Amino acid sequence: MGMTMTQKILAAHAGVDSVEAGQLIEAKLDVVMANDITGPMALPIIRQMSDHVFDRDKVVFVPDHFTPNKDIKSAENSKAIREYAKEQGLTWYFEQGKSGVEHAILPEAGVVTAGECIIGADSHTCTYGALGAFSTGMGTTDVATGMATGEIWFKVPSAIKFVLTGKPGKYVSGKDIIIHIIGKIGVDGALYKSMEFTGDGIANLSMDDRFTIANMAIEAGAKNGIFPVDEKTEAYIKEHSKKPYAIYEADADAQYDEVIDIDLSQVRPTVAFPHLPGNAKTIDEVEAMEPIKIDQVVIGSCTNGRMEDMRKAAAILKGRTVHPDVRVMVVPATQKIYKQCIEEGLLEIFVDAGCAVNTPSCGPCMGGHMGVMAAGEKCVSTTNRNFVGRMGHVDSLIYLASPEVAAASAIAGYIANPEKVGEA
Amino acid sequence: MKAKGHVFKYGDNVDTDVIIPARYLNSFDAQELAGHAMADIDPDFVKKVQPGDIIVANKNFGCGSSREHAPLCLKAAGVGCIIAETFARIFYRNAINIGLPIIECPEAAAGIEAGDEVEVDFDSGRIYNLTKGTEFQGQAFPEFMQKLIAAGGLVNYTNSKKK
Repeated sequence: MGMTMTQKILAAHAGVDSVEAGQLIEAKLDVVMANDITGPMALPIIRQMSDHVFDRDKVVFVPDHFTPNKDIKSAENSKAIREYAKEQGLTWYFEQGKSGVEHAILPEAGVVTAGECIIGADSHTCTYGALGAFSTGMGTTDVATGMATGEIWFKVPSAIKFVLTGKPGKYVSGKDIIIHIIGKIGVDGALYKSMEFTGDGIANLSMDDRFTIANMAIEAGAKNGIFPVDEKTEAYIKEHSKKPYAIYEADADAQYDEVIDIDLSQVRPTVAFPHLPGNAKTIDEVEAMEPIKIDQVVIGSCTNGRMEDMRKAAAILKGRTVHPDVRVMVVPATQKIYKQCIEEGLLEIFVDAGCAVNTPSCGPCMGGHMGVMAAGEKCVSTTNRNFVGRMGHVDSLIYLASPEVAAASAIAGYIANPEKVGEA
Repeated sequence: MKAKGHVFKYGDNVDTDVIIPARYLNSFDAQELAGHAMADIDPDFVKKVQPGDIIVANKNFGCGSSREHAPLCLKAAGVGCIIAETFARIFYRNAINIGLPIIECPEAAAGIEAGDEVEVDFDSGRIYNLTKGTEFQGQAFPEFMQKLIAAGGLVNYTNSKKK
């Protein structure tokens, strides 16, 4: 029986010819990652199994959630992984000032590549599926075990195939597409499964679009999201990574639980309303409602803090000022992106418009620090979760959107259609 | 192995942000985290929960973040078992890894109400609603996971393989 793309990568890493959905396997790991929340907790667990990590080139720590450290406890946690990384001589430890949000920095620095089997103690580890890798989030104990032994058990997932066709409109990007999809299948619509994206519409999606889409596979409950490797992927990989890579393709007779067609030309700018990423409304539905006045806008995160996101937001904000009742935070996801924003003049656009530009960090996304909301406040955010209390008070509200919708809303003061707000 | 206690009942998609909000994640001390368990969905939970009590929920319990702090804080708060229609996959693995019993059973999730006294037999997967006098059959763990649990979790299992 044919295998899906995910199943092929898993079979190769389990050292077997074939696997099938539901099978339990132990697979070898190419990259194992943790951050400053999940990493410190992993250290005593690793030490119960081994004095050293299985491979100092394959174990990665990225302090990004509460960094620059927000309080003494966070500082102690960052210190613990910093010292451990030094003690173990890890190749990939990303310190503040040379770092960024984990799921932006790992592809950018070439730590992850096509065909790999990757786990990370962060649910958005599924982002690297954009590169044609099998990549999934796990908890601390699983990741600690992976760090100590280089292996972990998996239940081989079945898959839903998404056939993408057509070309998205000017103000439609990866975020709109994935919110549209989650709205269609629900926040548990792909529970325990792979989301395999195929179809000739993929050629119309940039790598940044693909990272955004794969990033939010977890918001549909999926184990992973994965894209085939094409010319754009190979160009990206060659620009960023020196690692050898492998290209896997699904078999023609692979079995899928479901096949869902998505015509990208029909996807509208789409917003996820509180309190679920699947609570999708098109911008046309939003415009038919009473205007939803907002207090805060966040443009950044592992979902939408990449270079294209910055450019799209800047194109709308250029020569304008944000609404007087709105606070805007722009958070470039890595130092490299931050620097490129300076070089391209985007930082000046953001600052002139009245945005606060934060240093790369997960920051406001999970209400940790920098941009925590008070009761009753509303935020349009390019992040990935709009759960109750995610960004602060339980009575604050989060609307998930693309950088284009976020920038347009920042100017308008309410959730706005970028097609109407346009560019100055 | 058995769990017996009174039920706290929740709906669909209870996410790990409401189980243990990120503002408390600067610590991974189980007892400290337990003091904030369910803070953003049920602020009275920690005042009311008794050792052995049982959480019953509907679909996709534990969705969202991979934070192992979520099952850890519930276990340390005294929760003896979680019964749900379905669990989010990362939470499912995390719960097994830290030794918090969980069991999938849509019928029990529908047939048990807040405050009911419930007993769960993990070996058989039987769930008894002692208040209502009803009984349900939950899904027993696959053999591999039973081995993990019997070994005392993933770390002990991994160490035992090395010998």
